[in-house]
This record gives sequence, C-alpha cells and structure tokens, in this order.
Amino acid sequence: MYREEILKKYEPSLDNILYILHDLQDNNPQHYISKEDIEVCANFLNIPYSYVHGVVTFYSMFSLKPRGRYIIRLCESPPCHLMGSESLLEYLKKKLNVKIGETTKDGMFTLELTSCLGICGVAPAMMINDEMVGNLTPERIDAILEERRQTS
Amino acid sequence: MNIVRNHILISIDAGTLMAGARAVEDALIKELTKYGLDKEVSVLETGSLGITGRGVVLVVYPEGIYYADVTIKDVPELVEEHLLKGRPLKRLILTEAPKRTIITKEKTGLLKEQPRIVLKNCGFINPENIDEYIAAGGYEAIAKALQTMTPEDVVNEVKESGLLGRGGAGFPTGLKWEFAIKTPGDEKFVICNADEGEPGTFKDRLILEGDPHKLLEGMLIAGYAIRATTGFVYIRGEYSLSIERIEKAISDARSYGLLGKNILESNFSFDIFVKKGAGAYVCGEETALIESLEGKRGHPRNKPPFPINAGLWGKPTLVNNVETLANVPEIIRNGAAWYKGYGTEKCSGTKVYTILGHVATPGLIETEMGTTLKDIIFEYGGGIREGKAFKGALIGGAAGAFIGPEMLDVKMDFINLREYAAALGSGAILVMNEDTDMVDMLKSVLHFFKHESCGHCAPCRLGTAKLVDIIDEIAALKGKKEDLERMVEITQAMKNASFCPLGQSVSLPVSSALKYFRDEFMARVS
Repeated sequence: MYREEILKKYEPSLDNILYILHDLQDNNPQHYISKEDIEVCANFLNIPYSYVHGVVTFYSMFSLKPRGRYIIRLCESPPCHLMGSESLLEYLKKKLNVKIGETTKDGMFTLELTSCLGICGVAPAMMINDEMVGNLTPERIDAILEERRQTS
Repeated sequence: MNIVRNHILISIDAGTLMAGARAVEDALIKELTKYGLDKEVSVLETGSLGITGRGVVLVVYPEGIYYADVTIKDVPELVEEHLLKGRPLKRLILTEAPKRTIITKEKTGLLKEQPRIVLKNCGFINPENIDEYIAAGGYEAIAKALQTMTPEDVVNEVKESGLLGRGGAGFPTGLKWEFAIKTPGDEKFVICNADEGEPGTFKDRLILEGDPHKLLEGMLIAGYAIRATTGFVYIRGEYSLSIERIEKAISDARSYGLLGKNILESNFSFDIFVKKGAGAYVCGEETALIESLEGKRGHPRNKPPFPINAGLWGKPTLVNNVETLANVPEIIRNGAAWYKGYGTEKCSGTKVYTILGHVATPGLIETEMGTTLKDIIFEYGGGIREGKAFKGALIGGAAGAFIGPEMLDVKMDFINLREYAAALGSGAILVMNEDTDMVDMLKSVLHFFKHESCGHCAPCRLGTAKLVDIIDEIAALKGKKEDLERMVEITQAMKNASFCPLGQSVSLPVSSALKYFRDEFMARVS
C-alpha cells in the first residue's frame, strides 16, 4: 500500500527514477530494493523490469539484499585510509562478526564500505544510516553501536 | 527597538552537526533566556566557518572570537563568562583561528591573507535566509546583467575574467559559454555539477551548505548568458544537508520572483531543479552525469558530440562545477578587471582548497591562485600535526598527483602545475607526515579506482583490476622490480584507450608516486 503513496509524489518520468528508488528503499522496512519495489517502479515508469534492475545495480547506495536496521558505511578512500580506516574495518568485522556486505544475526547492523563522504576533516569517518560520524576510534565505535542498540 | 549587543554565529554544516551543533545551539538559547539575555544576544545559524575536525565551532561578534570543541557542558560557563561578564572563555578559544578575512570590493588590496570571493558569505550569513544573502549584495549581479548587459556582454565578461573551470580540468569557462551561446537550439540547459566525489574534496559541499543562493545566482547568470530556460543541480545522494539547503533556497528564490517567469520584470525566464545521485564516482564526469540525470545507468558517453552541442535529452547543455558558478556573481558585479587583480597572470582569481590528513588544522580555505603549497600547508593548515616532518601530499584527490617536499615552493595554479606533471584538480590537499607508507597510499588510491570503474570500457575495467593485483603483491613484499614498469605501462595504455577521464587519470597518481617516492617502492620489490 505504502508504495502507491510514494509513487503519487512523482511524475511518471524516467528522470525521476533515482528519486523513486531512493524513496522505495528508504521506506522498505529492510532498507533494500525488493523485487516488488522494482516491479512497481517499472510499471509506474512503463519500462522493463530489467531496465530498473540495471539502474539499481549501477549505484552503490542501492541494495538488492535485505539489510539491517542500521547500515554502517565506512569510508575507505585515501584520506580516511591515511587516518587508519583499515584497522577500523577489521575492528568492525570482528565486533559485529560479519564480512563486508553482511548483516548481523540480530538484524541490527549491516557493514558496508563507501567512497569519500566529503567529511575528511574528521577522518576516519563513516555513515550510519543518514548520519555522518567522524574522528572514529574503536572506543567511539563501541559507544556509537551501543547507543543505536539502546535506542532500538 | 531591540538592540542586539552580541551576535553568536554557530556553524551548522555536516561536520558540526555530527558533533552536536543543534544541541549546543538549543542549550545556548536556553541559557541566554535563563539570564534574560535572549533579547540582547542573538544566536544565528551560518555555514561552515572553514574549520573542520574541531567539533562545534562558533564565533562571537563584535569581538570576533572563535570558539571550538564547544559541548553542551561548556555552554553555561561560556554564557556566564563571555556574555554575562564580558570575559572571553580562554580555554575554548581557537587560537589558530585566524586571519580568515573577507575582502569585499571596498577592501580590495588589503589583508592578502585570505581573499574570499567564493566563500565571501560562508560563515557570515544564514544560508537558509534569502534576505541575508540579498543584504550581502546577493542577486545584484543578475540584476546588473539583466538590466545593463546583453547575453554576449556577459559571456565576454566571463571570458575576459580568465576564469578556469574549478571542477578539476581547468577549461576556460568563458570559452565554454561562448560555444554554448553559438550553438543553435530552441531549448538549452544549464547543469551544475555538484556530484563531488573526488576523495578529500568537500569544498562544493561547504559552498552548497554555506551559501546556496550564490550558486543559484551563478546559474541564473549562466542561463541568461547562453539563453537557457532550465537549470539542474545534480547533487550526490550522500549530501543530505546540501540537498535540503539548495531546495529551500530554490523555493525562496521562486517566491521572491528570482526564479520563474520574467525575472526582475525582464524577458528572461529560468527555473532550477535539484536531482539527487545514488552513489557513483563516475557520475562526476559530465556525460555520465547527464545519463544519470536522464534516469539511466551512469555510463559516460562518446565525445564528440560534447554536451554543449548535444547534452541533456540531446539538447545543448552547459555543465559547470559548483565553485566555477559561485565565482560568476562576483565577476559580473565587480567586473573582469577586478577579478584579474587576484591570482596569477595565466590563472586569475582564487581557489578553494580543502586541507586534510596530518595537518594541525584541517579545513577549508580560499586563497589566490599562485599560492605555494608551503603556505597552504604551513600557514593555513598550521603545519604537520604533532611536530612531525612533512613527507608528501596527494593533490587533487585520487585522480591527482603525489608530490614530495621539492614541490613545496611551486606556485599552485592550473597552468603552472601542469608543467610539473602534476594537477591542481579539485583542490584537495591530503598531507602526509614522515611515517606514511607511500606504497600503502598508492594501494588505497588504486583500490578506489577499481571500485569506482564503471565497467563500461575494457581498458579501465581490466586495467584497474590488474593494477590492484600488482600493488597488493608489492605491498605484501611479493612484487618484482619489473612490476613497477608494468604499472606504468598499464596506466599509459589506460590513458590512451580508456573511454572517459576516470581511466585516463589513473596514470597521474601512479607515475607521480613512482617519481617522487621511487626508493620506497624499490625497497619493497625484489
């Protein structure tokens, strides 16, 4: 039902496809683009399913796999790398017991990597859902994850 | 009438927001109200104050005292000491803060420290308030253009100013506009490229967050100059605050009649729309950006035809970077001759840099073209953190060049750096101290390219993958001496055969890293 509400906001014009996909993904309880999402988008824009699928797979912000409640996107670009993001990645993998792209068993966190987030003044940095966090250390990460666990 | 004796400008940008700027703002207002000072002291939101990595930053006027790392716990003391008793709170004062002076046209020639043209209003006005932009001289330039200049005059003025595109390539902006005006077409478009993804670059984000109306005015002038009717700002999807602010600016400008039909009672009609990306570095390339804007996978197009002839939906399209367009209003307002008073002979104006990595004060600065790297790193960046020695820098992002200490005295501008086989690029300056492992840094750069290669053409897709294999071997001490030459050969082939600038630009970081830090690479191979 909610999907129709989302589509109502847009003109059925192809140049709105990224907005529509963002909106469908943000409102999907599992933060991903499901087959159903692709179908409604394709029908709405009157384009083939395969076309939408192709667009989804091109952009790194879209996922075809169900994801956790919180999506952690750690920056791996050179500025964050210089400030130690690689060791933080190892720390996160161990702490959450997941590989890159996987979700924790409790469905709470998904670990992803991202290119430069443009907040390099506080490198190493990451995004957790829409929020940016920086000056990361293992201790700060512990605190951030704990805070998210508490609030949910 | 209510007289305000102090203004507190609090920086609200992506960086300070994550440090809790809103909570500090709320606490300030609450605390001031508690003392009954809320009528005498006003708390205003502004864009970035140019200081990053120092938590919540604010400045108290008329004293002009910068405070950094302010938390809600500090607020009661700050209010009591500075605003109640009039004694600045020493422990929070940002001592390096600076000579970050603006130069308006009235003050030209004074205080050479930081001539601000693009960032003139950043950190001084509330970016969400159109009246403040207008009060600071905003929309004067479009009025001047519409009332006293023909589109050709505008193009000539920009051409005369010598402005070079600030997106990285440094193509003369006026020339691009001239091509656009000469291209026949009933419908033309202006696109602002705000898909800032070059690692280490966040100047466009801070312009968008700090002074969105300046960009709109630049686009309006461009639209008038090339006789376009519609503009698009293509912003990367991760920049939520930029998107929010530019959308607000557009809607305010519409309600003031500064966008829409018959702007300022002229015959000129123009409107601007925002388009949001979804995470793809290659979309910073103008034809890939256009594909993405049209709702496709962001693959680059064949050139020619260039966008100026056949761009968005096949129509003539002018694509300019955020910083380029943000220069335009001041050029029109003050004239090309004034603009040429800044910078070097071949490269006029200023450049906005982001300084980051192992520097004492990472941040955003604007300085004249021709400033040396030494000045940028040691004067503005405060030198190397923890008193360590400077080893090198990566200039212009991943697609930029590594340089060593021998380059510190070289004057930085688009033309001059080319002579040293380096590039100014996006203006990101990633500084590295003596402990930095250059092999590891090049590895990070090459991994970045492998990830961001869009897969459209074989030289880039296969080349980046092969380069990663080689650098991983070298980093693991399994590489051979010949591998270094192979890397150069591969990047040369990519430079010649790749479809778009992404693959073509990989040769720069590889060749420059091997040029300046060859010994370090040699020590890792057998």
